[in-house]
Amino acid sequence: MTTTVLEPTTLDAAPAVIRNRVAATRIPLTRIVAVELRKMFDTRAGFWLMASIVIASVLATAALIAFAPDESLTFENFSTAIGAPMTVILPMIGILAVTSEWSQRSGLTTFTLIPNRSRVLGAKFIAALIVGIVAMLIALVVGTLGTLAGSLITGLDPVWNVTVTEFALIVLGSVLGMLFGFMLGVVIRNSPGAIVSYFVYTLVLPPLLGVLAVHQQWFADLQPWVDYGYAQIPLFGGVMTSEHWQQLAVSGTIWFLIPLAVGLALIRRSEVK
Amino acid sequence: MITVESLTKTYGGFTAVNDVSFTAATGRVTGFLGPNGAGKSTTLRILVGLTPATTGTATIDGRRFTELPNPGREIGVLLDASAQHAGRTGREILTVAQRTMGLPKSRVQEVLDLVSLTDEEAGRRVRNYSLGMRQRLGLATALLGDPHVLILDEPANGLDPAGIRWMRDLLRGYADRGGTVLLSSHLLHEIEVIADDLVVIGNGRIVAQGSKAELLASAGTVVRAKDRSALVSAMESAGYAHIVDPDGSVHTDATTEQVGSLALAARIALTELRHADGAGLEEMFLELTADTQREGVAA
Repeated sequence: MTTTVLEPTTLDAAPAVIRNRVAATRIPLTRIVAVELRKMFDTRAGFWLMASIVIASVLATAALIAFAPDESLTFENFSTAIGAPMTVILPMIGILAVTSEWSQRSGLTTFTLIPNRSRVLGAKFIAALIVGIVAMLIALVVGTLGTLAGSLITGLDPVWNVTVTEFALIVLGSVLGMLFGFMLGVVIRNSPGAIVSYFVYTLVLPPLLGVLAVHQQWFADLQPWVDYGYAQIPLFGGVMTSEHWQQLAVSGTIWFLIPLAVGLALIRRSEVK
Repeated sequence: MITVESLTKTYGGFTAVNDVSFTAATGRVTGFLGPNGAGKSTTLRILVGLTPATTGTATIDGRRFTELPNPGREIGVLLDASAQHAGRTGREILTVAQRTMGLPKSRVQEVLDLVSLTDEEAGRRVRNYSLGMRQRLGLATALLGDPHVLILDEPANGLDPAGIRWMRDLLRGYADRGGTVLLSSHLLHEIEVIADDLVVIGNGRIVAQGSKAELLASAGTVVRAKDRSALVSAMESAGYAHIVDPDGSVHTDATTEQVGSLALAARIALTELRHADGAGLEEMFLELTADTQREGVAA
């Protein structure tokens, strides 16, 4: 028989006298961002979601090399192939960064350690932004390696047909998609709900609006100004006129900024259960 | 010291917490008691800023929880041991909290040892934890920042008897060293053993509060005399309400001192003079919350 000794261990690690101690410094935002970044990777689901960025990039590149005709192995095609899975994965990361606090109820601890909810969400926003940009840099590296590998295999000269500006616009487009996911997370605060909403927005809404635009001239004129997804298309085309930027700003205000502001205001007042 | 003043929380037409005021003093364990749905958890959640109060204030050493620059370093909170990301390991949950609070890394192992979670258990994901292990992990999170106030909602839930004894000793030692503990529970025996002060809530209202000794002390005196009729007539003339028990003792609301003086003056030899037995916490609890009980068993 073994006996569990319970008493002695309890007091050793604690100080002899407990005094009121006022924590002097506010938790710096950089620390909250670092913690939020860690929280994106430290579960199995989170880890594989992050790993899938690299895996999807490599698979897309390999598929292009394996199946596309030799003359198609250009940097642009690699970018497009890698970009497609990114537009799905990045918004999921944005959504889950926010909703897991509610769906997994870890917000109970998070918001008692940092009662200022705006700071927590601000840190999550920055963390999501960092992940989005790093993901695009990974895509850039994989795309570059793919282009070089393609040229080695085919014996043709590598084709670098994407300018820095074009790449920057693609990065912006992908990050906007991710932040849209973040916004849905803030507004809906429920993982399945936000994910379904994202797919309704990206897969169901565009064809409906397209049909409307075909039959109603007034909407066809209006669409670039009120359809956020439509306004983002030129980003991936590499050419943004000043009118395109204005359309992006107007539709982005309607679909992204206003809902985000409303969602943040609600979170600040809501109960965390 | 925790000070709750005129706290009210309404949801639409339903009042969950109704004008609740109490304090939890430094160096003491304050037990927060009430039947299910009485408003205990809501009050605690308001205290730590997770739920906004409709009216009233809740402060800790004069400050609202949400004003604290780094609350984890001052106040340890455990509201729901199951409210954790199921996919994180126990150690990872503590590490996230340790980093948020800006504590040295070694602190994680210290609290794991403190709550007796082994390395193997700490490396397991929380979805595979028993309720008792979650409770230990939650307590570890609360103790991580070496706080001087602990706010715990049903901390004994799911602990085995040894675990309950361990937690009781931990909290007792913590209060004796100057910490403030506010814990809610419906496990009356636990509260009776550990608490110095009691706050009893029913239907969102405070129905009783005070030190445990005060609340459990019964009113009245039990007295016996060889010449019972002389005692009874003396008490009647003195105007002390009394009941003669079937066993021959006399029960009165007067204090032992009053009865003793009366007997001396009337030259009656007493064979027994003592305080009436204190009612148990359970009787007190059921009596105080009688009209708020679902079962209606009390009274």
